[in-house]
Amino acid sequence: MIAHLPILQVIIPLMAAPICLILKRARLVWLFSLIVSGLAFCISILLLQQVMTSGVISYELGGWQAPWGIEYRIDKLNTFLLLIITAISTLVLFAAQTSIEKEIPKNKHTYFYVLYLLSLTGLLGIVATGDAFNVFVFLEISSLSAYALIAMGKDRQALWASYQYLIMGTIGATFILIGIGLMYQMTGTLNMEDLSKRLPEVAQTRTVFTAFSFVIVGVCLKLAMFPLHLWLPNAYAYAPSIVTVFFAASATKVAIYLLIRFTFSVFGLSFSFTTVPLQTLFMVLGLVGIFVASTSAIYQKNIKRLFAYSSIAQIGYMMVGFSISTVAGLTATLLHLFNHALMKSVIFLALGAVMYRLGSVQLNSFQGLGRQMPLTMTGIVIGGLSLIGVPLTVGFISKWYLLTALLERGWWPVAVLILLGSLLAIIYLWRVVEVAYFKEPLVNTVPVKEAPISFLIPIWTLIIANIYFGIDTRLSVQLAQAAAKSLFGISP
Amino acid sequence: MLMGLFNDWIVVVLMMTGLYIVIAHGNLIKKIIGLIIFQTSVFIFYISMAKVDGGTAPILADDILLYSNPLPHVLILTAIVVGIATTALALSLVVRIEEAYGSIEEDEIQRKDNQSQEENKEQA
Repeated sequence: MIAHLPILQVIIPLMAAPICLILKRARLVWLFSLIVSGLAFCISILLLQQVMTSGVISYELGGWQAPWGIEYRIDKLNTFLLLIITAISTLVLFAAQTSIEKEIPKNKHTYFYVLYLLSLTGLLGIVATGDAFNVFVFLEISSLSAYALIAMGKDRQALWASYQYLIMGTIGATFILIGIGLMYQMTGTLNMEDLSKRLPEVAQTRTVFTAFSFVIVGVCLKLAMFPLHLWLPNAYAYAPSIVTVFFAASATKVAIYLLIRFTFSVFGLSFSFTTVPLQTLFMVLGLVGIFVASTSAIYQKNIKRLFAYSSIAQIGYMMVGFSISTVAGLTATLLHLFNHALMKSVIFLALGAVMYRLGSVQLNSFQGLGRQMPLTMTGIVIGGLSLIGVPLTVGFISKWYLLTALLERGWWPVAVLILLGSLLAIIYLWRVVEVAYFKEPLVNTVPVKEAPISFLIPIWTLIIANIYFGIDTRLSVQLAQAAAKSLFGISP
Repeated sequence: MLMGLFNDWIVVVLMMTGLYIVIAHGNLIKKIIGLIIFQTSVFIFYISMAKVDGGTAPILADDILLYSNPLPHVLILTAIVVGIATTALALSLVVRIEEAYGSIEEDEIQRKDNQSQEENKEQA
């Protein structure tokens, strides 16, 4: 059983999805999904322990030897991401049933859980696999279930947002497919490990250069890097609240993982950063993304959309960290993957609770909410402080590592720009805090109760995690550093 | 060069046609058609890659020695199924959009969204 953990990580949610259709009653399906997600979380912890003690796990599907068969390759980077995705998924599912009772019609609740588990499968599959085409298959599994989940939102804008995301997402995935095809044409293999060995000899051909470009553009579309971010604000704003929490915390992280995996492990450091001017490009686009997205966030009336733009800005930070291309820079990016998942999930869960009680996430309906729903609004405040990078929160840790990595490289103008971007975060957070805490509630509305316990448990777990991992950074920093060093080929 | 790389030229033409249709047309169904054409060009690309000169279809038979590469065929079967699922999902979304907005033209939908946003602002 222990030997089969890599494939079980992906197969268990996959098999659980159709079983949900057999168990018809919504509460039972919810409990079942929660158990499956918890099981996936336990498997990811076991895999983490195994990787930290005995190194890379290589699992051959069906006993077929790589590179002819599909190989699942769990190394330090994978296992870090598997941990994040399964942890967030389990926490989110706690609040799922309560949240969807008010947002999705009753006869669709079972389908919601089926799609959720399929989406979880897709994301876990992308992370766990060591085969390039397998990445495409699981990418499409997670994307298709994402489109369907987003379309389940209450307003009709959810349908339009889902359609837009579908068109852009399919183009992105097809670009990745073209890139994989070109790579196969030049090397004859789809296994990532084998590709990394065979690509260097053909690296100077136009085909490989084109393959690299297609893959990078396709992945950047999926990770919503500026200027390919147009699908994200609407998709996050109009999706059901639980869907937004899950995707904000996991989908873009997986895309960044893909970017790191393709540039470091498949194409190799020297090709990715010297042959192609990726550094400058990503740094510029990352910085522009931070400023444009943070500025757009300030003018939003829909709070979910505001924090969706904030997500795009945070992805900009991760791109800047990635563009530094040193161990410190990559550590900062990986650390931010972990911390941003914590930050955004607490914010969007709190917004989900507000949506549950109020039925709306418009800025003007937030008036006086600070006093009526204090426990929930603390989630938004702590998450917001993390976004700005106040000390004692996780956000500070990521910013600190990013700034030290930049200064180590001597790029202090970029460091100044990063700090300016944080100031913009203060502005949009203040807009929410001011309306919630410093304005009187509207006169003719029913007084609002605090969020139900099924929301408060995950929100407060995440709040405590935000502060705990901001103070005791050993786990996250060790994992991120070990993963970054292993990618650079330095033995830890 | 033209005839030897004929397949590749077709791939490029279809790919660009597909992308152009997605970008240039506002009708939602036409966008889906553009997407399908774009995906089809990728399928042709993979299959052309698989062809071995003088090789037959990759199905084992007793007296045949030279086969085309079966791996890209398998990859494309997967990709075709993915394409079908995407198209089905896109079409069902268009049906729902038509019910909700009364139109399948992109500019009409955006106009109606802007209108309802202004109405919400006036109410608030």
